[in-house]
Formats: sequence, structure tokens, C-alpha cells
Amino acid sequence: MKRKKKMSRIKNNSLLWFTFLLLAWICFPASAAAESKPGEVDVQDIVFSHIKDAYTWHITEWNGKEISIPLPILLKSEERGWDLFLSSHLHHGNVHHNYYIAEEGDHAGKVVEKNSKGEEVKPLDLSLTKNVCGLLLSCGILLFIVLRTARWYKKHPNEAPGGFTGLMEMAVMFIHEGVVKEGIGKEYKPFSSYLLTVFFFILINNLIGIIPVFPGGANITGNITITAVLAACTFLAVNLFATKAYWKEIFWPNAPIFLKLPLPIMPFVEFFGVFTKPFALMIRLFANIMAGHTIILALTCLIFITASMGTAINGTMTVVSVLFTVFMNCLELLVACLQAYIFTLLSANYIGLAKVRE
Amino acid sequence: MLSAILLQAATAGMGIAKLGATVGAGLAAIGAGIGIGLIGKGAVEGISRQPSAAGDIRTSMLIMGALVEGVALFAIVVCFLGLFQ
Repeated sequence: MKRKKKMSRIKNNSLLWFTFLLLAWICFPASAAAESKPGEVDVQDIVFSHIKDAYTWHITEWNGKEISIPLPILLKSEERGWDLFLSSHLHHGNVHHNYYIAEEGDHAGKVVEKNSKGEEVKPLDLSLTKNVCGLLLSCGILLFIVLRTARWYKKHPNEAPGGFTGLMEMAVMFIHEGVVKEGIGKEYKPFSSYLLTVFFFILINNLIGIIPVFPGGANITGNITITAVLAACTFLAVNLFATKAYWKEIFWPNAPIFLKLPLPIMPFVEFFGVFTKPFALMIRLFANIMAGHTIILALTCLIFITASMGTAINGTMTVVSVLFTVFMNCLELLVACLQAYIFTLLSANYIGLAKVRE
Repeated sequence: MLSAILLQAATAGMGIAKLGATVGAGLAAIGAGIGIGLIGKGAVEGISRQPSAAGDIRTSMLIMGALVEGVALFAIVVCFLGLFQ
């Protein structure tokens, strides 16, 4: 009886310590800030350098020295063919094999070369940038989780899962029953793998974006090109498998005749709607995630902006900033799960709407 | 009065684009606040009328909230474009 009490006391204490350490992590991303002028913190530069794609994976700054992982750059120039080298060769404006990173102009921040006519031209850039590495990492995690779970079911037929497999079953059944079957209806089978993949892909990428330290922190779903590809996949899934009745309803909708002839107003609006729905999916996911990251970065920079204003203001702003950042991180966690769910729900509903039966 | 503010901003070298972008962001926040507030009001009234349907109503509220916030974020994206171009 005494032993049981002691065990529960130790467990409660360790839970408290664990929570404290979790919250203490919030202070650590602050060490990645860099100053542009002595005494002035360039918030815009800090925020954008964390949100944009980059050729090196910047981890932190220690004693004035930058700690970052140089990533490989793979280029195909029209005149000189393929080239592969580490991006550390292009640091601080160095020129390597006639390639350099453009400072300004159309291709600012990207690798360009001067071709034989002297123009600055951008070669075919297939580099492993920060976002690509982040994508590879999150795809690796996704494959690991999903394939391990599938293998468990193969090895233990007719058994109820527990632990992590049980959690995955809960999540998969929630999406499969509540979203896929409800949204699409009878013909859900071909689309369930795509929708489940989209849900877990967006969820894992969102969660990785919230983690501030090294393997996390790549702003993947907050990049509009990636959400554009996801929206394009939904666009293809909706329109390639739509029934004839769906296309008839777009180009000759069930509307009064004066809206269709002589000027095809309603067909035009309906056709436009085919493109605006995936566009809205893209913008919704992109803006939610990017805005969340921007707010957290700006709140963290608040500490450094007030650093030069004296210890009283700095101390207060640090406490305020940490509290706000913890709140924003909790909100970002909710937004991460909710946006993945919304994307999947709307995709399922659009696919279901496209399967119109006369 | 509005033209006086615009004139002051232009002479201060701030640029009309930045002024427009920041005002737009504030208006988008107002729009999102009103929209999501109305959703919350409807949800809370629905739950108070029928507490047994609280789970369904909560799910619908979260989904509608995400959709309305999406529209406000359209405006935020446009403001971002105006701020840094």
C-alpha cells in the first residue's frame, strides 16, 4: 500500500518536470536570430528567412559562428550540362563553376549563371533545398508509420490493436468512416487511399513545421507550391472521374434560359467554379500555416526588439512573449490538425459532388 | 481628413502600398472576428437548446470556422503581396 503511493507521487512529479521542459523549449528558437545593424533587429529578414526555402539548412548561431547544414545543389545549364556541388561553395556571394546566387532582380536568392551572351540566366534547378529535405523526411516518417501499422494487421489477423497501432486505427477509421464514406458515398473505394494519404501527409508536414529544432522547422505546407500540387491532385481526382451528368450541369445548368442564351453567363460561372474550388483549398492551407509560423516568429523576435530598451521592459516582454508563444503554439497545433481535416473533407465532398447521377 | 492622412503618409516616405496593406490586414481581422463570432453565437445557442447534440454542433462549428477563416486569409495573402512588392 505504501509502495503504491510512492510510485504515484514520483509519476506526478515527472509529469510536472516533463511539462516544464516542454515549455522551456520555447526559449531555444530565440538563439537563431541574427542582427543586421548593431542594435537593430531586422524582424522582416528573420521571419522571411525561416519561412522561405533555402539552399542551406540553418540551425543556429553559436558564439557568432553560423551552424548550418549545406545542402547539395544540382543544376543543368543549357550550355554546360549537369553540375552537382554543395551549397557551401556559394556562401557569401562566392562564384563556383560560374554559378552564383543572384542578389537582386527577377531571380533574387536563386542560383544563376552568366551565359555566353553575358545575360544572367537561371539554369534548371533540381537542388535538394531545405523544403525538399523536409519533404523527404516527412515522407519517410509517413511511410514508416503507415507501413508498420499495415504490417501489424497482417501479422495479427482477428486481433484488436493497442498502443500506437490502436491510435492509427482510430485516426484512419475516423477519416475513412466520417469523411471518405460520408463525402463520396457508394463509390468511395478508389479514392480512399488518396484521401487518407492527403490527410496524413498534410498532418505530418504541419506538425513538423511547428517543431522549432533541427529535423523539424522546414516550412513545407506553408509554401504555396506544395499546396498548389496538393490542390492540383484534388482537381484531377474530381474532374477526371466525374460523370457525364456533372459536365452537363456545368455547361448547360438547370437554370432559366435567359442565363444561358444569348450570353452563357451561368455556364461561364460554373466553369469558373471548377477552378476556384481547388484554388480556395490551396490558399486556405497555405495562408493558415504561413500566418501561424509568421506570428510565432514575430512574437519570438519581440524579445530581441526590446533587448536594447533596458532590463525592465525586456524582462516583461520576455514573459509576455513566451506566454503568447505558448498560446500560439497550442493554436497552431489545433490549426494543423483542423486544416488537414478540412482539406480532406472538402476534397471528399467535391469528389462526391462530381459523381452526379441523373 | 482621409486625404490629409494619405498625404502625410506619402510625404513620410512610407508608401501608399504599405499603408493600404496594413489597413487591409486590420479589416480582414475585423471580418474574421465578426464571422467566427457569429458562428460561435449560433453554435452556443444550438447547444443550449439541445445539449445532447453538442458533439455534432461542435464539429460543424469547427468546420465552418475554418472555412470562414480561409476567406479572411485570402485577404491576408493579398496584403502580404502588397506589403513586400
